[in-house]
Amino acid sequence: MAALSPQTLPAATKATPAPGRPHRIRVWRGAILLVAAVYFLVPLIASFAFTVKTPGKGVTLDAYGQIFSAEGFGRALLLSLGLGVATIAVVLLLTLPAMLAVRLSVPRLRPILEVVCTLPLVVPPITFVAGISKVLQWGPDYLASTPFYQTIISIQNPDFPVVLVLTYVVLALPFVYRALDAGLSAIDARTLVEAARNLGASWPHLLLRVIVPNLRAALANASFLTLALVLGEFTIARLLSFQTFPVWIYTISGSQAQVSVAVSVFSLLITWLLLLALSSAGARQRSGK
Amino acid sequence: MANAPLSKNRSKSWLAAVPLLAFVALVFGVPLVVILGGTFTRGGAVSTANVTESVQGAYLTALLGSVKLSALVAVVGAVLGTFLAQAVVTSRFRALREAVLTASGVLSNFGGVPLAFAWIATLGNSGVITTSLGFDARGWSLYNFWGLALVYLYFSIPLMVLVVVPALDGLRPQWREAAQNNGASAWQFWRYVGIPVLTPTLLGGVVLLFGGSFAAYATAQAMVGSAVPLVTLQIANALSGNVLIGHENVALALSLDMIVVAGLVMAVYLPLQRRSARWLR
Repeated sequence: MAALSPQTLPAATKATPAPGRPHRIRVWRGAILLVAAVYFLVPLIASFAFTVKTPGKGVTLDAYGQIFSAEGFGRALLLSLGLGVATIAVVLLLTLPAMLAVRLSVPRLRPILEVVCTLPLVVPPITFVAGISKVLQWGPDYLASTPFYQTIISIQNPDFPVVLVLTYVVLALPFVYRALDAGLSAIDARTLVEAARNLGASWPHLLLRVIVPNLRAALANASFLTLALVLGEFTIARLLSFQTFPVWIYTISGSQAQVSVAVSVFSLLITWLLLLALSSAGARQRSGK
Repeated sequence: MANAPLSKNRSKSWLAAVPLLAFVALVFGVPLVVILGGTFTRGGAVSTANVTESVQGAYLTALLGSVKLSALVAVVGAVLGTFLAQAVVTSRFRALREAVLTASGVLSNFGGVPLAFAWIATLGNSGVITTSLGFDARGWSLYNFWGLALVYLYFSIPLMVLVVVPALDGLRPQWREAAQNNGASAWQFWRYVGIPVLTPTLLGGVVLLFGGSFAAYATAQAMVGSAVPLVTLQIANALSGNVLIGHENVALALSLDMIVVAGLVMAVYLPLQRRSARWLR
């Protein structure tokens, strides 16, 4: 999971191998790289081959065309995208003010905030959903005569399950916290805030016009991570029976194996693009300083 | 209010953290309390029957199966990932290094259902490699413990590469030169300098990989259904109503078992990470 964190590409220069290093070192290095290339590339190539080769029809790209006309594709993808956007909005609105305030004026709270935001890593999603589904059962079991009942029913609306947004916010917290913490460490937040306040800026103005622009890269980073998480999340959506994108892929695999593999290849491509956008944005930020 | 001095705001600014903390307490804390409470009640009375049941029979098999699979993937993934990282780090080609690191970033996040389907298309019963190389005639099956380990390594090795590359970069050339000047062989350098400096990072990586495989559910569900006993599959099964009447809370007890294991794992990981950071300044 440290995978997408921005600091994974240090530009340290490497020691060149000392002259006269044994030839066999280069041989084993080549062998390792070759084995790794086979292991990592073969499933990708084979998946692609699987989707384009139909017995009796030769090589076609039909499976990719069928993705878009497949039953439920649009609805599931839109639902996942909508959940992603909502999750990003909620998680940023919750974390940014809290982290800024704690950093500026209540440093004593910082370890607490860090622990709270890291805790979701310890709890596997499947156990989290076990607890959530138990809580949701309270609706019919105990709260039927109270106003809470309506709330519990409405957050489970299959058209837009708010309960998924709530759980995804919790799952995204560790990644968002780390991304924003790195961003806030890189700017001199205190000077920015005091300068803006001395010039008469209100707090909302200060947040939107001073802090947010300076944290652009970190906010983009956090948003991408959250979006990737929501687009790929299967466990919670399936066990609460909502048709999000990954659940849809799983559902159609029974009847349309080729299409489901095509969608899998497709979703890997999307992840590639998201990540490339992320790392090039990071590179721009570094060189633009 | 807008022109109040900073110091006055300071006393109230902790309020900005309240929504976040309240949110986590409600959405995260309540389910955890429910897991804890449900684990220790059966039929409305306080009891440890759920816990006892969750560490017996099929449930124990599943728990051990998950631990075994995760441990295997963690150790093998850490070793292979370290060798791959070392091969990349010592390479003269910068492009290779960048390509491998970017690919690792993507592949370490390539989990869930799509990963399972990619492998099913490759080595499943009607997979491309299975049929073209005739594996199916030799009794090959991807849908077992070893198949699952093979698939889990696909995201574990890249994760290990990402973890260990900064540490390998942190091995300063001066240390190697100093060792060489003092007459150390390559083996002695690794035995007395390299491995000790890397140990916290390597152990931290093992722990991280363990946690990733231990919590994985989607890949296993899409690949093996319930053919391999795993605790995540058992919890999902129990949540879907596949338990004896009155034993519904066993799912919560199993969840608690998992949280305990994952918590122990994190308790090992965090100090290790702090320790390894010391050398990598």
